[in-house]
Amino acid sequence: MDSLRHLVDGFGIALQPLNVLLALAGVGIGTFVGMLPGIGPINAIAILIPVTFAIGVPPESALILLVGIYYGSQYGNSISTILLNVPGTASAVVTAIDGHAMTRAGRAGPALAASAIASFVGGTFSIFGLVLFAPVLAEWAIRFGPAEYFALMVFAFSALSSFASGSVVRALASTGFGLWLATVGLDPNSAIPRYTFGRIELLDGMDFVVVTIGLFAVSEVLQLLEDTGAGRSATALTGKVMISAKELASTGWTMVRGGVIGFIVGVLPGAGGTIASFLAYSTEERVAGASGRFGEGDIRGVAAPEAANNASVNGALIPLLTLGVPGSGTTAVLLGALLGLGITPGPLLLEEQPDLFWGLAASMYVGNAFLLLLNLPLVGFFVRALTIPRWILIPGVAALAFVAVYAVAGSSFDLVLMTLFGVVGYVMRKFSFPLAPVVLGLVLGPLMEKNLRRAMALSGGDWGVLFDSPIAITLWLLAIASLAAPLALAKLSPRHDAELPTTREET
Amino acid sequence: MKTAVAASALVAMIACEPSEVERGWECIAPANAGGGWDLTCRTVGRVLRELSLSPGLVRTSNVPGAGGGVAFARTVARRSDDPNVLVAASPATVLRLAQRQFGDLTENDVRWAGAVGAEYGVLAVAADAPWQTLDDLLAAWRSDPTSLVVSGGSAVAGQDHMKVLLLANRAGIDPKQIRYVPFDGGGEAMTALLGGFVQVFSGEGSEVEGQVEAGRLKVLVTLSPERLEGPLAGVPTAAESGLDVTWVTWRGFYVPPDISEEEYQEWVRVLDRVGRSEAWAEARRTNRLQPFFMVGDEFSDFVHAQVRDFQAMSREIGLIR
Repeated sequence: MDSLRHLVDGFGIALQPLNVLLALAGVGIGTFVGMLPGIGPINAIAILIPVTFAIGVPPESALILLVGIYYGSQYGNSISTILLNVPGTASAVVTAIDGHAMTRAGRAGPALAASAIASFVGGTFSIFGLVLFAPVLAEWAIRFGPAEYFALMVFAFSALSSFASGSVVRALASTGFGLWLATVGLDPNSAIPRYTFGRIELLDGMDFVVVTIGLFAVSEVLQLLEDTGAGRSATALTGKVMISAKELASTGWTMVRGGVIGFIVGVLPGAGGTIASFLAYSTEERVAGASGRFGEGDIRGVAAPEAANNASVNGALIPLLTLGVPGSGTTAVLLGALLGLGITPGPLLLEEQPDLFWGLAASMYVGNAFLLLLNLPLVGFFVRALTIPRWILIPGVAALAFVAVYAVAGSSFDLVLMTLFGVVGYVMRKFSFPLAPVVLGLVLGPLMEKNLRRAMALSGGDWGVLFDSPIAITLWLLAIASLAAPLALAKLSPRHDAELPTTREET
Repeated sequence: MKTAVAASALVAMIACEPSEVERGWECIAPANAGGGWDLTCRTVGRVLRELSLSPGLVRTSNVPGAGGGVAFARTVARRSDDPNVLVAASPATVLRLAQRQFGDLTENDVRWAGAVGAEYGVLAVAADAPWQTLDDLLAAWRSDPTSLVVSGGSAVAGQDHMKVLLLANRAGIDPKQIRYVPFDGGGEAMTALLGGFVQVFSGEGSEVEGQVEAGRLKVLVTLSPERLEGPLAGVPTAAESGLDVTWVTWRGFYVPPDISEEEYQEWVRVLDRVGRSEAWAEARRTNRLQPFFMVGDEFSDFVHAQVRDFQAMSREIGLIR
């Protein structure tokens, strides 16, 4: 098989001593930068791209360094997500739900280990997907039009109906708030500003990082203030550091399913890691059924989104390298780097420069493997960060986030906005509204709106276009099924219903 | 002795550093890293350094927001007399100014220094589409203007939309009848064409080159004064079909409004040197930019004329009053 031979050649390049060294350096730097809240993988790569050009290594080595930085920062981001509940990307918001719950229960070590291992497994699965299906999937991605994207978004949001064990009404209210936030800014179809109140800073809409840091980190500081005022001391548990074989085994199929979902969704340009990790999470929640403790620190709630997110990165390479269309924010930055290195992604790249395509795939895999090698032994070290008193740690993190956001965008308006969202987040916590759906609404809302309006523009206003293709119909059916399934299950097995409250009370 | 020299050199370096930073030039890219403006800053910055025109490295800083509006407002408000700063710009900036999307700010609030390269607009259709020439396409369009849908990578009233409207207008098709669907970037817009969701793609030459070489798209017209360099050299210009329409996506710079005339002329001279250098010609080709070079008053007049054109067009289709 031709592509397999090229992949082996790719590994030949990726495993040269210089490249191995660069991959290690990249993973190390990336982990460190990614841990800083408010920076996130996209900014980490963007900031470090000039450095890559400046050291004057050949293009494939530069790419390997960048990919290493990418994986490193992704994992670094998981660290601050799991330990501190400060997610730096939309896909990490999903990881935060159970990841941070595990930390609160003194199981931060296993959560970090599960995140690293799941990432690796997801990466492994998707690289096989890349070898076997790249050309086929590129064709499939083209057939995915606005109507299909819209149906996919509806499917993703329908998964909210059972999101993370809370009240459905509250989850929907949070989503609605997120969707409303998503409408702020310049309307893409008529160029009319919405909810901008004449502020030029709001024309681009709400920045993901600003909203997330505000909702999660700043509100945590406020919560901490209240706890201290009330005389409650928040001591963090470090617990046992290593993941047990039994815990790991329980996530086996979760990682596989997450890997497959992530890879397939990753192929769709624009959808990327957020929908992938979101769908993987809700799938696991359904598969687990009553045996799951999702939302309360189920290790599968960490493994699923992490595997999916990582697999989606390999999936996103397909439209990038075969169509020249970046599948995610990070691949868009990688695209810029490729162009800067004199490489033109496009339909002929796979034929004309197979060594580059497969070299990149191989280096992603090597980056993934190094991540595991480097970070598993360090889990204990990261967990020790929790022994820092929370009244130092959390304000420190929030302060760092403010500096990082100001350094990246240079706007004091963002800082005010971040503080405002901190207050909003605090109030939402008080009334037990979940925070994650706000971020998901904010990130997916524009995609949903744009694709609906595109579909309408293409059909001349005929709603029938939304149900016009086999792909779209399948997605609608999935959406209906995922809404109906929990209700049907509850009706069919009253026994589970009776059990559920008791399991909840135990925690 | 050697150590003493090395030590004093080190001390001198450290002592120099702050002033070096103060005097250093800065290029503001009004978007995130990785985009066109960012690339312009980084590439031109590198050439300035190579030609020893700049004192030390040229720092690129990213000031994203409002399609360049945040950087524009900040340049006017806070850096208005800073002689060491360049801001990257393109027709996207001018379009927003023309449509008054930067609040009260206008094209007169900064000084336009020069442009050093450009891309040109193209219209492409699927390789198996029934139209072989621009005239075929226009004939079909005239007979039923709403039967064709155009995709582009910019918002409604943005560049990719504007170029189709200008062409349609000259060809005697009512611009109000043109159906345009915006996508997030040229790549997605082109994917919509490949997937058969739209019939025409409006974009830039460099975006379609790969697909043209792979035989999946054909470009019917380039909106350039002369034929393009590179793989699209065989494609006729609009002028060859008797339509006087060009769309220059120039890459250039503006500078703060209140710098002295000498300081402005210094920027013009520097950009002039860049535009004529071999180093830039090479960097331009690597970045797949076409030749386009205009500085000083000529460029400033060009920008002001562009603003008037865009306003007229936007008014005609009812985007602004």
